[in-house]
Amino acid sequence: MYATSYHRASSVEDAVRLRGTSDESKYLSGGMTLISTMKQRLASPSDLIDLRHIPGLKGVSVEGRRVTIGAGTPHAEVATSQAIRAVCPAICNLAGHIGDPHVRHMGTIGGSIANNDPAADYPAGLLGLGATVVTDRRSIVADDFFTGLFETALEEGEIVTAVTFEAPEKAGYAKFNNPASRFAMTGVFVAKTAGGVRVAVTGAGSDGVFRHPGFEQALQSNWSPDALVSIAVDASGMMADMHADADYRANLVKVMAKRAVLAAA
Amino acid sequence: MTKVTLTVNGRTMSGECEDRMLLVHFIREKLALTGTHVGCDTTQCGACVIHMDGRSVKSCSILAVQANGSAITTIEGLSAQGELHPVQAAFKEHHGLQCGFCTPGMVMTAVDMINRRGGSLTEEVVRSELEGNICRCTGYHNIVKAVLAADAEMAAGRQAAE
Repeated sequence: MYATSYHRASSVEDAVRLRGTSDESKYLSGGMTLISTMKQRLASPSDLIDLRHIPGLKGVSVEGRRVTIGAGTPHAEVATSQAIRAVCPAICNLAGHIGDPHVRHMGTIGGSIANNDPAADYPAGLLGLGATVVTDRRSIVADDFFTGLFETALEEGEIVTAVTFEAPEKAGYAKFNNPASRFAMTGVFVAKTAGGVRVAVTGAGSDGVFRHPGFEQALQSNWSPDALVSIAVDASGMMADMHADADYRANLVKVMAKRAVLAAA
Repeated sequence: MTKVTLTVNGRTMSGECEDRMLLVHFIREKLALTGTHVGCDTTQCGACVIHMDGRSVKSCSILAVQANGSAITTIEGLSAQGELHPVQAAFKEHHGLQCGFCTPGMVMTAVDMINRRGGSLTEEVVRSELEGNICRCTGYHNIVKAVLAADAEMAAGRQAAE
């Protein structure tokens, strides 16, 4: 790891101020991706601004069917939140299968979505739920937030403070794990929301998380795995790597979508 | 250099380190507690698992400065007055180790698992909770047995205390 300077922020304002003193600095949340990336020398921030000790970024609140999760909330807390489980168990199940127990104790929802790894779970969950990402500057709907591989709508220095969504009527998530890394080789989140059915796919698209309009239309008229049987999944936009080629991933999209609908029932 | 102060196994300990030093190296090299192992160094194997503020974490993926001010428990802090912790005793009894390299992480993981879900562990739950720990010797069978036995023993202990 290259040398770096560590700073602990006590508030969001403090974090912005600390970052302001350096060009090559990065915000650090749970660090479950960033520290590993730094160890491999794939990232070398001059300064790390630690957001983990900011009290206002932590915790979960559920009012009626409105769920709000602080950006600094670890996956384990979302996975075991009885309040969230009562209205949207799918997001608890998603959080409970990220990485392993130790990773879930450190990794946070804000860190995961700000990184927008193309094989991460939360981007599919948020896009599938039609969630809104709240930052220190504005609110961004999930459809506008995830813009490509490791790319988001976040501006320089902008901090995710929370994620909020209306619990859907039904939702389910199914993923095919990479057996070594536990990242999604393909993960599909389906949700029956007030605004219609949404289907979001992670781990498969070569441009990161995406929605599948064909699946959404089919499930809108018939909420059943059978509705997806005859819908084609185009392999041309799929990732291909040593783990799976594009055709295999395209097939996994359909298989995982069916399983997600079953999980949601 | 930054001064890092931790409560380690109930004692306050300090050391100076570069901000880039990983917590596991700080524990091993600055605090001279070598029970916590470095296996893969890539967040996969779990040989470096310790407890930080009561929760299991992989100390190879946390900077020592991130942990500054926290309370940690390492494998050295588990047994009281030379008596094996029930999880350690169960690993011994059920032959839950062969070469022993992964054992500190396995034991710390098992203790965390029992802290969180104790009394309700099943083989399936134990196996899924061991997702972040790799053992190349045992095939996991006896590790799972040991965790289940320790869970039963500790649950019986809690009941007897009530």
